[in-house]
Amino acid sequence: MTRETLLQARNLKVCRGGAQVLEVPSLDLRAGEVLALMGPNGAGKSSLLLALAGLLPPTSGELRFRGASLQSWGEREAFRRRMTMVFQDPLLFDATVAQNIASGLKLRGVPVQERTPQVNDWAERLGLGELLDRSAHHLSGGEAQRTALARAFILQPEILFLDEPFSALDPQTREGLMEDLGRILAETGTTTVISTHDQGEAARLAHRLAVLQEGRIVQLGGLREVMNHPDDPFVATFVGMETLLKGQVVTCREGLISVRLRKGASSREVLALGEAEPGRTVLVGVRPEHVALSLQTDNSSSARNVFPGSVTKVIPRGPFFKIELDCGFFLTAYITAQSLSDLDLQPGRPVVASFKATSVHLIRKEGLAAEL
Amino acid sequence: MDLIWEGLRKALELLVRLDPEVLGITLLSLKVSGIATLLSVVLGLGIAVVVALNEFPGKRLVIALLNTGMGLPPVVVGLFVTVFLWRNGPLGFLGILYTPAAIILAQAVIATPIIAGLGLAALQHLPPGLRLQILALGATRPQLVWLLLREARLPLLAAVMAGFGGVISEVGASIMVGGNLKGSTRVLTTATVMETSRGHFEIAFALSFILLVLAFGVNALLTHLQQRSRPR
Repeated sequence: MTRETLLQARNLKVCRGGAQVLEVPSLDLRAGEVLALMGPNGAGKSSLLLALAGLLPPTSGELRFRGASLQSWGEREAFRRRMTMVFQDPLLFDATVAQNIASGLKLRGVPVQERTPQVNDWAERLGLGELLDRSAHHLSGGEAQRTALARAFILQPEILFLDEPFSALDPQTREGLMEDLGRILAETGTTTVISTHDQGEAARLAHRLAVLQEGRIVQLGGLREVMNHPDDPFVATFVGMETLLKGQVVTCREGLISVRLRKGASSREVLALGEAEPGRTVLVGVRPEHVALSLQTDNSSSARNVFPGSVTKVIPRGPFFKIELDCGFFLTAYITAQSLSDLDLQPGRPVVASFKATSVHLIRKEGLAAEL
Repeated sequence: MDLIWEGLRKALELLVRLDPEVLGITLLSLKVSGIATLLSVVLGLGIAVVVALNEFPGKRLVIALLNTGMGLPPVVVGLFVTVFLWRNGPLGFLGILYTPAAIILAQAVIATPIIAGLGLAALQHLPPGLRLQILALGATRPQLVWLLLREARLPLLAAVMAGFGGVISEVGASIMVGGNLKGSTRVLTTATVMETSRGHFEIAFALSFILLVLAFGVNALLTHLQQRSRPR
């Protein structure tokens, strides 16, 4: 699917206090997509978001919106009327909810009789119908962020920038708001750039994912692609590929790669799909949600990788449990509360872990052998 | 105690009788300090906005100077304004020494740093991301400034009250640059000083009482403005 490029960044560099905080050689934002910027604190997510929004003039480089340059204040001011941004802090005005939602339209000189129906509509869509006359300073965190979103969506922005919009909310509020945001984004098809450090948020909302580290984009691609096929160990850890094991390719026949894990004396072999030259050092990555646990070896299973081991730790993780295993190497799996009680899992219990060859991702970045 | 009651009684009597001299002095005080405050609001808030919204070398020094200016002794201001307006002074050609205009000028010099300093603090106290949020909502530069001032309206009006309170009650500069000339530059504070020194305590009390009522009235009005626009 080829879509129009809305925003184009080239050789973008941002310096703060003499230090370079951002360097992005190239980034295109396509119409209708939701792009998530992920990275730990200080990776440059917010700087990139602000730079893309024209709110942080880059030290060097070029930004184009629908092909037109955004160099001068005037050009950026015109652009700012076609996009908008919601921050982690809702930053509402000292006014009522209705006045807040209407504020962007008011700045554009939209007459009050045209504003009111739109305000009511967006308040309704974000569940604020009852709160229109309430002072913005008397809202809960979730209500305040909903007001900020209504104030943004009412402008029908061509690009919506969201800077960690859920970070300050409690899990339950976050859940409801994410649900509504996902629905509205699907309904409106608003092109969106969202920064987050939460892979769950990215997985829920984004089509494409850019992972940032120290001011650079280390990987950019489709959501599934980045989640399942990270290019390097940093990205892998960050997108939740919790098991990462050093190994060496032993054989590669008919699209089936055998990797010997370099872990102590036990020479376990993991099977993966694809092509790789024997002798090459790789990192074997497995997402915890792709690992199945059972009490005995299940012969009917199609999983090619089967490892007996024992439970070392059971960690509650919200709606599910994370199980850490010792199979001669370290492995993690996610299971439901139901499975936990069915299998009666507790530290020391012997189990069989299995995962498909298709679930195994090999990281074979150049220079990996030296890094490890 | 008698002296105080007598003063209050005399003050009421002067007010009720609408004594032309007292009325004239009161109106002049209000006019002079009102205009001076207005000038200071324009200048002071202008300075506050420029300093708050821009990064420039020496910004801290400017802020420190403004904050020092908030405590300018009126007699020092009076001295400098007198020298400037003196016949041979740099502004001597204006010929406004010993006129109400001179008092307005001196009072504006006193109130401007107060309003600028408190106004700057009010603007800097706004959430750091608010400026970007307002720009992201599509505001032009004037709209940005207006919305920031609006968001800071409570402390800004407090700054205006502080400025007005500073000049309506100030006596040193007014007497130095105005001369306390009867019917021309005699304001409530200078008249009070004069009547007290003459031993006319009742009249001095009456004038002080009017001054207090005036200060209260203006601040009550500003407080009303300040609290009115706040949504519940």
